[in-house]
Amino acid sequence: MKFFNLFRIAYRSLNRNKLRSFLTMLGIIIGVASVIAMLAIGEGSNQTIQKSISSLGTNSIYIFPGTNSNGGVRGGAGSVQSLTLEDADAIAAHCDLVKYVSPIVQRRSQLIFGPKNWNTTVMGIRNDYMLIRSLNVTIGNGISEADQRTASKVCLVGVTVIFNLFGDENFNPIGQIIRINSIPVKIIGVLSKMGQNTFGQDQDDIVLAPFYTVQKRMMISSDHIGSIIASGKTELQVVDAVDQITSLLREKHKIAPSDAIDFTVRTQSELSNIFGSITKVMTILLASIAGISLLVGGIGIMNIMLVSVTERTREIGIRMAIGAKGKDVLLQFVIESILISIVGGLIGIIMGIVVAELVATFGGWPVVITPLSVIVSFGFSSAIGLFFGWYPARKAAALNPIDALRYE
Amino acid sequence: MPKAENLITVKELTKTYKTGNLEVFALNAISLNIDKGEFLAIMGASGSGKSTFMNIIGCLDYPTSGEYLMEGKDVLTRDKNELAELRNSKLGFVFQSFNLLPRTSAQENVELPLLYNNKVEASIREKKAIDALTSVGLSDRLGAMPNELSGGQQQRVAIARALVNEPLVIMADEPTGNLDSKTSYEIMGIFQKLNDEGITIVMVTHEPDIAQFAKTNIVFKDGNIIANHPVSDRKIATEELIKIATLTDEKSTT
Ligand SMILES: Nc1ncnc2c1ncn2[C@@H]1O[C@H](COP(=O)(O)OP(=O)(O)OP(=O)(O)O)[C@@H](O)[C@H]1O
Ligand SMILES: [Mg+2]
Repeated sequence: MKFFNLFRIAYRSLNRNKLRSFLTMLGIIIGVASVIAMLAIGEGSNQTIQKSISSLGTNSIYIFPGTNSNGGVRGGAGSVQSLTLEDADAIAAHCDLVKYVSPIVQRRSQLIFGPKNWNTTVMGIRNDYMLIRSLNVTIGNGISEADQRTASKVCLVGVTVIFNLFGDENFNPIGQIIRINSIPVKIIGVLSKMGQNTFGQDQDDIVLAPFYTVQKRMMISSDHIGSIIASGKTELQVVDAVDQITSLLREKHKIAPSDAIDFTVRTQSELSNIFGSITKVMTILLASIAGISLLVGGIGIMNIMLVSVTERTREIGIRMAIGAKGKDVLLQFVIESILISIVGGLIGIIMGIVVAELVATFGGWPVVITPLSVIVSFGFSSAIGLFFGWYPARKAAALNPIDALRYE
Repeated sequence: MPKAENLITVKELTKTYKTGNLEVFALNAISLNIDKGEFLAIMGASGSGKSTFMNIIGCLDYPTSGEYLMEGKDVLTRDKNELAELRNSKLGFVFQSFNLLPRTSAQENVELPLLYNNKVEASIREKKAIDALTSVGLSDRLGAMPNELSGGQQQRVAIARALVNEPLVIMADEPTGNLDSKTSYEIMGIFQKLNDEGITIVMVTHEPDIAQFAKTNIVFKDGNIIANHPVSDRKIATEELIKIATLTDEKSTT
């Protein structure tokens, strides 16, 4: 019953100091909401990046010309041209740990259909590419081996290309002839929709064609290829497969053991790690911003609490004069702080989730709300609220009633 | 006349304040008996130690040395929590500056001592507060905030708050210091009524005419009691208020 009385006293006190209660709560709301929203954005992009990378196939191996060991995966691609079709064929023939191999040539090209035109990436690939990337054809057929051999003028298109050339994503373009760099090419299949990748690139904005079709008919004659994609027999053998490929290409490129190689081999898990560290940096950045808002919120709480100390000390004096014990007064203030923390914390959590969802809806940015961010931000803000509610009250409650009454 | 029961006894009560090297004797070995049913007015020049004395017998402060018995039992050996209970159940305070909780209605202010009292059931809390406010003539202003009340009305709320736990003593430090004379007389009327009902009243005042409403006057000087005598021509508040009313009537008719 006594506790209930104190609860009533605390509630009345909060109710009659609405502005002060609200401002204290605001500090907690800002702190909690910003931490939750920031970390939700960070974690969201992190998970999306991981997902889109693993969707590329966990045992894929990428071989790029040139070297760039600074983490910039494709940095050397344009500058050095060290890979040839023969390299790809040699890997297929000699590396027994490698399951699928496809050379890749690609260029940006102008597509024309009737009055419409569209600029996109045209990739020349072998059919293994489809297996390595787990790509499917939804309408029509895939590229046949005969198409590959004869460099026939056929292609597979992504839905973005269909939309831009035919005006409707759901248009069935099978059999239509489009011009790629003025060469007429027949559409034989539509690629299943893949959506955006982590970097906002539209993965459906693409045209796939037989390797020779692109290399012989569309490229300014060159024996060099852009890159090679391969896959290990199993996920566990990927590392050994990389070693096989590296030593094979070393031999073929006639590189002395002491010299640096002129190509780069990357596995899917290495790529994951690189992007993982990028997202980690981003998460740390967002977490720091959130931490600063938490601190600012905390200082706000502290200010309000300390500024009201004089008024509160006199109030404590009055309460003690009419019979409140030191512990009654302390308990009252702790109850007040807990009420403020809980209400402010809950509002903060709701606001944080709402902001995160708004970012997700209107910014098209993936968000994932982690329980840890909720617990940490809520815990920190309420700890500050509690401490700065409790500490001045403890000092005042330790005074003689008459000193508290006279406090200035 | 039956021998009055003793309520408060202080012996050699001393309070010193140190300011720098200087030691101020705010109270200089004061000894005094206060009987139950007494209405005591404490007079004296500013700085003579009246408030210091009140605060100590009101258990708001500790003396530097001396003895203090209430109903024959030692007070000064009790700890802070026990003193808080004593203040809550046996003492009521009325201050010069009212000391009501701001932004808190009259009724809630009066309920406050009851909330700190374990023995009072929630069900009778409201009734007790309303009864106390009614006895000081404020039954129609229960929901009023302190800033919506006149000084005299605020002081009455403070008296109701002091009354609500049915105390033995009411301690009032210059209760009329901020009020005009008519309002002061009204407050004295309330005190005399409470005193007639058996509540002991200890009051500090600067004004000799206010002191005349008490039964006994004592005078402080430099921390000592220099005079202690019963009031010979005691004023009765109800009569004084009628006199004031006829006076103002005469003025307005002439
Ligand atoms: N907290 C304190 N610290 C130092 N000195 C004090 C303190 N309180 C009171 N004093 C001194 O003790 C003496 C008595 O003060 P007290 O307040 O009891 O006087 P008083 O009789 O109530 O005066 P007044 O009529 O002006 O209210 C004064 O000299 C005062 O300066
Ligand atoms: Mg005084």
